[in-house]
Amino acid sequence: MNKRKGFLWLVFALLLSLALIGCSKSEETDAPKETDSNKDGETGEVAEEPEETATGGTLVFGRGGDSTSLDPASTTEGEAFKVTVNLFETLINFGEQDTEIEAGLATEWDTSEDGLKHTLKLREGVKFHDGTDFNAEAVVFNFERWSAGNAEQFYYYNSQFGDKIDSVVAVDEYTVEFNLNTPIAPFYKNLAMSPFGIASPTAIETHGEKFQENPVGTGPFVFKEWKRNDRITIEKFADYWQEGLPKLDSVIFRSIPENSARLNALASGEVDLIDGVNFSDVPTIEGNPDLQVFERPTLNVAYLGLTNTRGPLQDKLVRQALNHAVDKTALIDAFYAGAADPAINPMPPVVAGYNDAVEDYAYDPEKAKELLKEAGYENGFEMELWAMPVPRPYMPDGQKVAEALQANFAAIGVKAEIVSYEWGTYLEKANNGEADTFLLGWTGDNGDADNFLYVLLDEDAIGSNNYTYYKNDEVHDLLLKAQASPDQAEREELYKQAQVIIKDDAPWIPLVHSRPILAGKAGISNFLPHPVGSDLLSGVELK
Amino acid sequence: MLSYTIKRVMSLIPVLLGLSLIVFFMIRAIPGDPAQIILGQLATKEAVAELTKQLGLDQPWYIQYFTYLGGLLTGDLGESIKTKTAISQEIWPYLAATIELSVCAMAIAIFIGVNAGIISAWYQNSWFDYIAMVLALIGVSMPIFWLGLMEQWVFAINLDWLPTSGREEVRNPVESITNIYMIDTLLQGRMDQFWDVIKHLILPAFALATIPMAIIARITRSSMLEVMRSDFIRTARAKGLRMFWVVYKHSLKNAIIPVLTIIGLQSGLLLGGAILTETIFSWPGMGRYIYDAINARDYPVIQSGILVIAFIFVMINLVVDLLYAAIDPRIKYN
Repeated sequence: MNKRKGFLWLVFALLLSLALIGCSKSEETDAPKETDSNKDGETGEVAEEPEETATGGTLVFGRGGDSTSLDPASTTEGEAFKVTVNLFETLINFGEQDTEIEAGLATEWDTSEDGLKHTLKLREGVKFHDGTDFNAEAVVFNFERWSAGNAEQFYYYNSQFGDKIDSVVAVDEYTVEFNLNTPIAPFYKNLAMSPFGIASPTAIETHGEKFQENPVGTGPFVFKEWKRNDRITIEKFADYWQEGLPKLDSVIFRSIPENSARLNALASGEVDLIDGVNFSDVPTIEGNPDLQVFERPTLNVAYLGLTNTRGPLQDKLVRQALNHAVDKTALIDAFYAGAADPAINPMPPVVAGYNDAVEDYAYDPEKAKELLKEAGYENGFEMELWAMPVPRPYMPDGQKVAEALQANFAAIGVKAEIVSYEWGTYLEKANNGEADTFLLGWTGDNGDADNFLYVLLDEDAIGSNNYTYYKNDEVHDLLLKAQASPDQAEREELYKQAQVIIKDDAPWIPLVHSRPILAGKAGISNFLPHPVGSDLLSGVELK
Repeated sequence: MLSYTIKRVMSLIPVLLGLSLIVFFMIRAIPGDPAQIILGQLATKEAVAELTKQLGLDQPWYIQYFTYLGGLLTGDLGESIKTKTAISQEIWPYLAATIELSVCAMAIAIFIGVNAGIISAWYQNSWFDYIAMVLALIGVSMPIFWLGLMEQWVFAINLDWLPTSGREEVRNPVESITNIYMIDTLLQGRMDQFWDVIKHLILPAFALATIPMAIIARITRSSMLEVMRSDFIRTARAKGLRMFWVVYKHSLKNAIIPVLTIIGLQSGLLLGGAILTETIFSWPGMGRYIYDAINARDYPVIQSGILVIAFIFVMINLVVDLLYAAIDPRIKYN
């Protein structure tokens, strides 16, 4: 018996020592980790460059997904633009943290009286990463490439410009002229969108279809390596036209799909900056002196769509009643850690043309019940409430938000059944008008009112992004008129009118405008999150 | 043995044909027109027709199947719609990542599982037995998602021993040759990177090993208990053979067959079922490759990815079957 026990202890001691050896080994190997970056010098290939410029260091950016393409024109995926915005530059730039227009690759621009001709003066002395000169020919080449492709190939070109551009002409080496068939009011804002980054004609000709894996632009960083589903590495462009930029030597974009795992990677120091932080994790990060929180200025809206063609929801009074039933402040406190504002209109207040005068349907269950009674639904009704299956910056947890709304509706006698599908199916079915009410949201592409109101609520957009089948001829006329008007003040007035009508028709319950959260090491400075969701990292410094 | 091997290998032909048929029809059983779904609702009719033709979906099914089968025989797995690259070219890095992780996980699961099972059986009803079996029960029912996050929290953040995720320190990346990083770093004589790769492997490998480890431990224990009660073991002990040899040689050899079966089945599950582990530890393996393909409706990738995993699964079980015969000469093919 004693012998037996002795053996057991032996086994136990053996296991314990194994475990300890395992640990101490990893501790020993921790030491070289610190000096790894210096060891780069030994690997030969990368030996010279970092030595020379080893001041800015490497920033590792952790994000939720991999890019789909590195050619910004060929994709609509937000993750893709996070990288390409650092590789490519656009003719017009957005402001640092807003969507005002500023000089980009074009330094001056001028629009004809009728809004049909735009003339842009280009920046001189700019080179693509492959040494090709940036000039008017290159711009014309890019626009001709996009216009020759179809909607599947170059979605944004077709939706923002498409047939409306008649021709793009190189007047001289540094002057380009755009001739339009109809005026495009947000023309310059469109030009500032990431998909319209100017690519090197030489590289496009060399790589053909493989350009999406071999991007060449004029941006502050040069593409180096892409390991799919894992990481994308970009390096400082030595000949960048802006003196002293970029500050960093390289940036590595790592895809870490799980939000909590990504925060763990930041906390353990493997990555320097992450996006897609859970709102509920903000207090933890704020309590950690080694980390800091960044808020992205809002350019989004989360809403509950009330499909205007289904059952009781066809009745405007019912839709208004549901609007009165929702307690938005409670939603914001519970699910957004306060980093959101209640939404009144279908677009956030930063967008020019936002109507401040519109008043929200107050949270008032009694009023809601009255409206239901007036509409003939005194005893309420039953409907489906679709919950988004994926988290988005504007909708951190679809299921829980749906449950809160369900409780709000139950209080006025409306019985909502929560339903969810796989994301692709969810969008497809909702788009077919199969959902009674559904959660969804939108992040603006260029900060123009057209990009919210026309895209989400015009009758032309039924079948694409108008999921509620909302149709109002008056709104349609106003939106079309605003789209074609070259006079910004007049446009803003038209959008304000449209918002009044939309508020009364209540095709949605606008829920919140959220400020998406990012987090980084305390040593990061000059990082300015951009409202459109893709961040230029040329000014960022790492201490 | 030789005739058993030949017969067993021959029996693979109908299995593999059946496999290719199932995968082929599985993709086609998805409702809706694949070309339409891939291109989205705004696609023009011409674009849909063109893609249908490109995918070969305008042909009758048997022509499609034989074209597909012919392609497979020449190593052509089709072309990804999303990346427009031959799948046979782009699949290897994902497969290598998965193989590296699951081989490590399986090694851990087998080593710890089998030994824990043996010791539990040997000292049946001792405290070691009780603790090991309770742990095994917990292991079988462990939510991997939670376990992975806890591992990260304890070993990476609080103790700072191991990294949380990924395959390597990205600031000092491994130069890939075979894409199995343990081999690559050794080939290049980079011991510092080799340790780094091992450190990145430990947490995900343990998370992935948990369930198979627990199952293997329980099966080994029950199988060993049965054998150790048999007459020949009593004889061996009676003639004074040392207990260690009785257990590890005589008993284990007779008890290992059901354990091998479980190992074979679990290995297959690791290959395809590692999606949760791969997600939490951002491991760029096959699970996420196929999952992303499903989200992007990249049908050729889904089809070929499933096929490759199923093929490896069949092969592992072939090896297991051959091992049966090697271990137990009584096993014959009939």
